[in-house]
Amino acid sequence: MTHTTIGQDSRQGQPDEALLEHGYNFAFLDEQTKRMVRRATLKAIAIPGYQVPFASREMPMPYGWGTGGIQLTASIIGQQDILKVTDQGADDTTNAVSIRSFFQRTTGVSTTENTQEATLIQTRHRIPEETLSKDHILVYQVPIPEPLRWMEPRETETRKMHAHEEYGVMHVKLYEDIAHHGHIATSFDYPVQIADRYIMSPSPIPKFDNPKMDNCPALQVFGAGREQRIYAIPPYTKVHSLDFEDHPFTVQSWEEVCSLCGSDESYLDEIILDNEGNRMFVCSDSDYCRKRLEAGHTGAMSEQQSDTPEVNSVEVANA
Amino acid sequence: MHNIQDVPQPAPADNASPSSVTSVNPEFGSAEEQPLLSVAGLSKYYGDRAGCLNVSFDLYPGEIIGIVGESGSGKSTLLNCISGRLSPTYGTVTYQQQSKERCDIHAAPEHLRRMLMRTEWGYVHQNPRDGLRNNVSAGANIGERLMGVGMRHYGNIRSKASSWLERVEIMQERMDDLPRTFSGGMQQRLQIARNLVSNPRLIFMDEPTGGLDVSVQARLLDLLRELVADMGLAVVIVTHDLAVARILAHRLMVMKGGVVVESGLTDQVLDDPHHEYTQLLVSSILQV
Repeated sequence: MTHTTIGQDSRQGQPDEALLEHGYNFAFLDEQTKRMVRRATLKAIAIPGYQVPFASREMPMPYGWGTGGIQLTASIIGQQDILKVTDQGADDTTNAVSIRSFFQRTTGVSTTENTQEATLIQTRHRIPEETLSKDHILVYQVPIPEPLRWMEPRETETRKMHAHEEYGVMHVKLYEDIAHHGHIATSFDYPVQIADRYIMSPSPIPKFDNPKMDNCPALQVFGAGREQRIYAIPPYTKVHSLDFEDHPFTVQSWEEVCSLCGSDESYLDEIILDNEGNRMFVCSDSDYCRKRLEAGHTGAMSEQQSDTPEVNSVEVANA
Repeated sequence: MHNIQDVPQPAPADNASPSSVTSVNPEFGSAEEQPLLSVAGLSKYYGDRAGCLNVSFDLYPGEIIGIVGESGSGKSTLLNCISGRLSPTYGTVTYQQQSKERCDIHAAPEHLRRMLMRTEWGYVHQNPRDGLRNNVSAGANIGERLMGVGMRHYGNIRSKASSWLERVEIMQERMDDLPRTFSGGMQQRLQIARNLVSNPRLIFMDEPTGGLDVSVQARLLDLLRELVADMGLAVVIVTHDLAVARILAHRLMVMKGGVVVESGLTDQVLDDPHHEYTQLLVSSILQV
């Protein structure tokens, strides 16, 4: 359970033979494309938060499923890498499973659900709960890379605004939130300023995860396939979430704790159980929750199933 | 920038050197005071056609200059060139910044021009929808310039926005409404407030009363005159409505076919028009 290596031991780091026969390259993309993506990525790392255009390729999946993230992963991944893929924090959802098996077939690298074990983590809409180290690279899937888009629909204009650091309109958006809701109601894709310069969309992660980006030892790269942009936060970079002096940035908090592992410091998903209004809250990071269960932590719902704890808790987590 | 000497310039019309007129007006342009805006030999060609031809004038702080003429006479081209929105074919526009530093608007780097646009200048569009951010509330529209220059205190921004709403006679309770729910007159007043909140020194207005009914026009003009006098603003106002020009402008430039055919003090031009086109314009006002 802990280490779900599916690639055959003898063929570690080798793509599926059937694919090789069809002329597919390691990690699907051809070497020229990888070079192009890597060049864009290096530029992105050199200018933290700046959106670098790149010639995004057609991928064997629809836009919106993470084509940008996949191209980044395919260009970065090496034979020794251990890959983890999560979708909304979970390793077992459709998107995560499909992308993981895609890379298993096309690269043969080891995969894992364990955050600490992974060297390369492709993620959709979450940052793992466990602290990341300098040995991690985090690849984000991004639908709309332009944080100013909501205020300014013209691409030519937003580029100028970035170039001249004209970021007043970002606060107009936050102002609107406070005027209508009494507090900053933006709860995901919360705009951040990187290294006191570029304003960047952190992709639709909950703002709960924004503080994790600040001064993070891991390299964070962002890929938007349809919008053809790559951007990055180098390790140990200042990431500031925008706010007002009298309405400082805050993250979500819950009155409940995780029903399975009892964690009171993780990001919780609400799951509706029946038509009687019963609901439960569970950690959105399935790996974090599982590790806590294994370490003996319990929550309200895990006790009921104390007879066969492991099987049932996994079933609930899958629900 | 283009050098004026490079290309032969069309000879200016006889009375098209309005800069001489400033000395007539004792109120402005005293010897030690520098003009806020100097326009020199400004021409804009669209291919072979000239949008405006060899226009020169000085504008002093607190002065209001009106540009009148029929549609197609080059008023808007001239205004766009002066305000840096359009780059002229020949000529220069020099602006004296708050820091007393003089800069050539079209030779200056883009970021400076854009910075002036949202701090020391204002631009009031004929259609308020062009000048407003339509997907955010009235309060946010007014607050945008403040946030643009780095104001980061929500309470202060809001109180400033609310005091400006009051100054332009919009009810406080409409502060969180979208501009599209406002009437035309209110939208225009909101646009004015949005421009004036940064305490600009120079305002460009393109037919600010166009499309408003007469009573709303009168109220808006009244308000404008009051605000402009209060804040000591310099204004370049483009209009085809001589009544608007008479009420607001200290000086007038009459344009026809891209050329300034007559210029001078407003009363002088309107009461004693010399050029035949001005005479036609003045006599064509409907007398009710």
